[in-house]
Amino acid sequence: MGGESGRRDEAVPDPRRSSLAAGVIGVGTMAAVDEVVFHQILAWHHFYDRSTADAALLSDGILHAGELLALAAGFFWYADLRRRGVLDRRAAWGGFALGAGIFQLFDGLVNHKALRLHQVRYGVDTWPYDLVWNLAGAALALAGALLIWRARASRGRLREARR
Amino acid sequence: MTASALILLAAAAYLLAASRDRRGWSPLRTGMWLAGCAAAALAAALPLAVETGPILHMAQHLLLGMAAPIGLVLGAPVTLLLRTGAPAVRRGAVRLLRSRPLRVLSHPFTAMVLSVGGLYAIMLTPAHTAAAHGPLPHGLLLAHYLAAGYLFTWSIIGPDPAPHRPGTATRAAALAAAIAAHAFLAKYLYAHALPHGHDPETARAAARLMYYGGDAAELVLACILFGTWYRRRARAAGRRAAPPRPAVGRAAP
Repeated sequence: MGGESGRRDEAVPDPRRSSLAAGVIGVGTMAAVDEVVFHQILAWHHFYDRSTADAALLSDGILHAGELLALAAGFFWYADLRRRGVLDRRAAWGGFALGAGIFQLFDGLVNHKALRLHQVRYGVDTWPYDLVWNLAGAALALAGALLIWRARASRGRLREARR
Repeated sequence: MTASALILLAAAAYLLAASRDRRGWSPLRTGMWLAGCAAAALAAALPLAVETGPILHMAQHLLLGMAAPIGLVLGAPVTLLLRTGAPAVRRGAVRLLRSRPLRVLSHPFTAMVLSVGGLYAIMLTPAHTAAAHGPLPHGLLLAHYLAAGYLFTWSIIGPDPAPHRPGTATRAAALAAAIAAHAFLAKYLYAHALPHGHDPETARAAARLMYYGGDAAELVLACILFGTWYRRRARAAGRRAAPPRPAVGRAAP
């Protein structure tokens, strides 16, 4: 993690690291929201569904480890960027949305459909749920990518102007 | 009974040593040690698994293997020993910390295999019924949980000096492997209603407890690991930013 650390007096906002750190938080947050809202509160998702293969459980475990570490690592990375005064807020929000959207899409396409770990909801026709789930993920990811692109473009213009 | 006496002894010895530290021992560390002792005492006070089935067995695993070690490791007993022990004891401790066997044993990946691998061996073989064969096998099982859990926790977030402790990335990778292996085992036990010989619903409840209880402990470990990285970076940045100290009474190099 990290890399070279600039001194505070010459701190320049770093859109790349800002969006990466916040993106990692976005992935972890969406995973936590999925766990808390859909598994625990709504109980739409199941902890495990009878058709799941053991190999899918293994991939689920690895993914779960990634999410948990991402959440903790992302927050301290973000805090470190802030402390050094190199945080680019717009790029960070973009990274957060992109990370969250990518996780949502991954969950919707790979976990629900390819691995069939569980479905969005049981006892109903799942396709409208799948459609909304994946469209929401795509919209989040797109909005995030747009924000990052704009943050990087405006930083680039700033650097040009300084020259 | 024996377990409670041992835990009480550990708490008393720590308090005695802390009171003898002339530089003043951190009350926070003392609190952590006592909290760890309390978690271990709670686990030891739970009745034998044979009478209660898999849920209490799982609670004992979580308390002894994951919760208690966090407190006992953050209590930094080795540092306390190095500060307050007799010179011979201190020399022995330093030699032990530097020794190759300890270096191999306390590598995060070795410790991970001993801790989580041990859990696989216990839960997926008849070993988990060992607790049914009387107080001695049961005690050994609990001692294994505590020892392996302590070793792993120490290898990831240990505050004591360890000359060969690997960097943050290696420790994070070992933690990730442990979380994945723990989560997989929990869902595997759930899926197959293991261990056999119990009511399937009870076995599943135990597996769910293992999954979410494990998560809580692992999140704490991850926060301490990355929090330590964050603090160390602040200290490193402070050293770089600070002007060089004037060399009073020393010849310029």
